Amino acid sequence: MITDKIIIIIPAYNEEKNISNVIRSLKEENFQFECVVINDGSKDDTQHMAEATGLATVIQLPANLGIGGAVQTGFKYAFYHKFDYAIQFDGDGQHLASEIKNLLAPIKANECDVCIGSRFVQKTQGFQSTFMRRVGIKIFEVLNKLLIGQKITDSTSGFRAYNKEAITFLASNYPTDYPEPETIILLGKNDFKVKEISVEMLERQGGESSISGLKSAYYMIKVVLAMLMTAQRQKIRRSIKNA
Amino acid sequence: MLNLVDILIENRIQVFSIIGSISLILIIFKLIKRKKLKEEYSLLWLGCGSIFLFFSIFKPLLQIFADSLGIIYAPSALLLMLIVSAFLILIQFSVVISKLSESNKNLIQEVGILKAEFKKLQSLVKDVK
Repeated sequence: MITDKIIIIIPAYNEEKNISNVIRSLKEENFQFECVVINDGSKDDTQHMAEATGLATVIQLPANLGIGGAVQTGFKYAFYHKFDYAIQFDGDGQHLASEIKNLLAPIKANECDVCIGSRFVQKTQGFQSTFMRRVGIKIFEVLNKLLIGQKITDSTSGFRAYNKEAITFLASNYPTDYPEPETIILLGKNDFKVKEISVEMLERQGGESSISGLKSAYYMIKVVLAMLMTAQRQKIRRSIKNA
Repeated sequence: MLNLVDILIENRIQVFSIIGSISLILIIFKLIKRKKLKEEYSLLWLGCGSIFLFFSIFKPLLQIFADSLGIIYAPSALLLMLIVSAFLILIQFSVVISKLSESNKNLIQEVGILKAEFKKLQSLVKDVK
């Protein structure tokens, strides 16, 4: 039997404090995968910290693209190397390596194309984010329901698993900044089945949140506009699954 | 002779706008010739320049155009056109910038992937040696 090729995509921007721990935590899981860190033009020592572990392929982007551009680089890499499954995993230590198997299970069982690790499916013990953020996330949930008719409770979660079909699609279609909620609409619009499972998350271990203060207003407006616009667009995907 | 000068002074706004429009068109042509401006991005500029020139020369038409829009002072119709064309050109800029940033993003991604692959190959070659 040929084992499935699994890639773990870790976007990292200025994560020198966390990145090596994150990579090492992954290696404690006992299944075969390739770990790819996309260093999004960090100004700190992320590159060397990641390389020093000797456990990951490090892709160094020559300029800062934003999280979406970094994650998409991972999809492109996965596409070129014909990976079967991709896991998107944050470089800041928020996500738990032990949850990866649970995240992959529904995809391997063909229940969905993309599986999102959510903090809100069930009330979990871990980090639940601040009140304002939860309000924003609730707005996204309503939008998802209205625009693609799928119930997604944690649109901003960057802990996701994808099958080959989704990797191929996202390698050439992925939003650049604040991509998570928009991608759900994009996927739904193109007939991908998205599912959520309950996961626990930790509070970030270090580094800075990408969204704070005045930026959050801009974030909400930009993301809502992007979601509405994505829903207006024609379907891009031509091939039908299993075709 | 004095008569012509009188006419010119009397219509100096018209003279200025004709000179202005012609200069605009000439500058654009010069830029294209020197390859500092691509043809596809010059079309809007040339189009706008020609419209200005046209209305500057045929003043009565400007009056008719202004009247049809309910603009009392005809030259302000010219100003309106100027604003509209500036907007069109600015929108074109935004479109071009978006396109550029998309292809720039793709370039950055591919360069990053290639570099990583190259490093891997290099270390493989080293091992073989």
